[in-house]
Amino acid sequence: MKEYEIVVIGGGPAGLAAALEARENGAGEILILERDVRTGGILNQCIHNGFGLHTFQEELTGPEYADRFVQQVRKAGIETRCGSMVIRVGRDRTVTYVNREEGLTQVRAKAVILAMGCRERPRGALNIPGYRPAGIYSAGTAQRLVNLEGVCVGKKAVILGSGDIGLIMARRLTLEGTKVLAVAEVMPYSGGLKRNIVQCLDDFGIPLLLNHTVVEILGKKRVEGVVLARVDENRKPVPGTQRLLECDTLLLSVGLLPENELTRELGADMDRATGGPCVNQRMETRIPGIFACGNVLHVHDLVDYVSQEAALAGKEAALWIREESGRETKADCRGEGIFLQAGRGIRYTVPQRLDSAGNGGNVTVRFRVDGVYQDSSIAVYSKDCCLVRKKKRVLSPGEMEQLVLTAQQQDLCRRQGEIRICVETGREQ
Amino acid sequence: MIRELTCICCPLGCRLFVDDRHPEQVSGNSCPKGAQYAKNEVTDPRRTVTASVRVEGGELPMVSVKTSREIPKDRIFACMEKIRALRVFAPVKLGDVLLSDCAGTGVDIVATKTVERRMP
Repeated sequence: MKEYEIVVIGGGPAGLAAALEARENGAGEILILERDVRTGGILNQCIHNGFGLHTFQEELTGPEYADRFVQQVRKAGIETRCGSMVIRVGRDRTVTYVNREEGLTQVRAKAVILAMGCRERPRGALNIPGYRPAGIYSAGTAQRLVNLEGVCVGKKAVILGSGDIGLIMARRLTLEGTKVLAVAEVMPYSGGLKRNIVQCLDDFGIPLLLNHTVVEILGKKRVEGVVLARVDENRKPVPGTQRLLECDTLLLSVGLLPENELTRELGADMDRATGGPCVNQRMETRIPGIFACGNVLHVHDLVDYVSQEAALAGKEAALWIREESGRETKADCRGEGIFLQAGRGIRYTVPQRLDSAGNGGNVTVRFRVDGVYQDSSIAVYSKDCCLVRKKKRVLSPGEMEQLVLTAQQQDLCRRQGEIRICVETGREQ
Repeated sequence: MIRELTCICCPLGCRLFVDDRHPEQVSGNSCPKGAQYAKNEVTDPRRTVTASVRVEGGELPMVSVKTSREIPKDRIFACMEKIRALRVFAPVKLGDVLLSDCAGTGVDIVATKTVERRMP
């Protein structure tokens, strides 16, 4: 069985950044396993611009952002195997994958970095009545068809869900000559970034219908229309508000789900709020030597933060190999540590845990809030002691937040055995 | 005419009001960035346009492209018409100019990825 220092599962933005930073920190043989025929992941089909403002201080398109990492990985001589699907990761860090050339292959790694990304929530998860006609696509599938394969998906479209991919596709379809009638969002706020609402919908006069959903899809062979209805505060359709929109295409942009089949089979602790594994401040799961980063851990809005998080996972994996080599470790040798409690207003935090041995550095905690808040603060407490309070004019579930804990603050929390993050008063919309 | 805009300078998303005959007079903004944004939006709104173009003989059927600079917003559809009519031949390298002076804007259409020739 071939041995590697690090095997990275997934060659998207997270996998590429993790592999690079691992090499940077002295890791020897690294293998990236990618299911698609090329690396770069979802960035290949995200042809719009706005990527890399934080990482490269310029506005790049998705393929350009990916290319910078792909070139660096090539230069670093990191082995990349495309068309290779990982079917199992063992607790002993054996990785089993299949591809056309090698068939079924097993390799062993000193550390494994999970970077499998996420998938779109499908129609089946929505309970919309109707037949199963052609013309219903998840927004990402439509994005792939239009941008990579040059296929026109339809003449008149309605988009359900105002996630960023749905908004981006509203503009993209409009530019390609498809009429987008409306974007319907069941929540009272959009799940997408403000600038996407302005530049993808407002620019083209596409209405965003908040508190609306699709209650019926018409058509047997091809979509012939959808029935929209307003919903009440419990997200239940209000009788009498139905209206028919004639269209031949329905795009679904209704959320992304981290793709964690491998992680679950591995037996890692999962966080129900993120859909990803629980990690400590080193991006390490509860299974020794298994790290995770990017959208497999929690769904991000900006690729720049994926790259940062993945770089941390790569660095920590490289350091872990150096520390642990030759020593078979028992589960979580660094002890329990403490859990970051998601207090009032906080949906989740990543990392979920600070292990008992800090590394003397800052820890960036990323999190999402559970609703729209105005003129409020983000606060971090340990027992009664407030460690951080950050004023926020506006907080929204669609925009990931982050804060930094210094080594001193972490140590205090470890001593007191508690750390809690919450949103403090302000007007709730 | 008073125009109503949503500011995109930060997540706050202020609702801005600006008179397009007096673009200096902006209300609803909570910082100077908002005033500047509103002024630009009513005097000279510009956007980067991105799209995909068909490639003949390439390892991929399409190559992604963008305008080399922002173009006036009211020229978006004129540019798209030119971009949609474009056919290119592999190989295409990232950064290659595929069409210069698109629709009289003085802005080029450049490839945002590399598409090599298809192996026979």
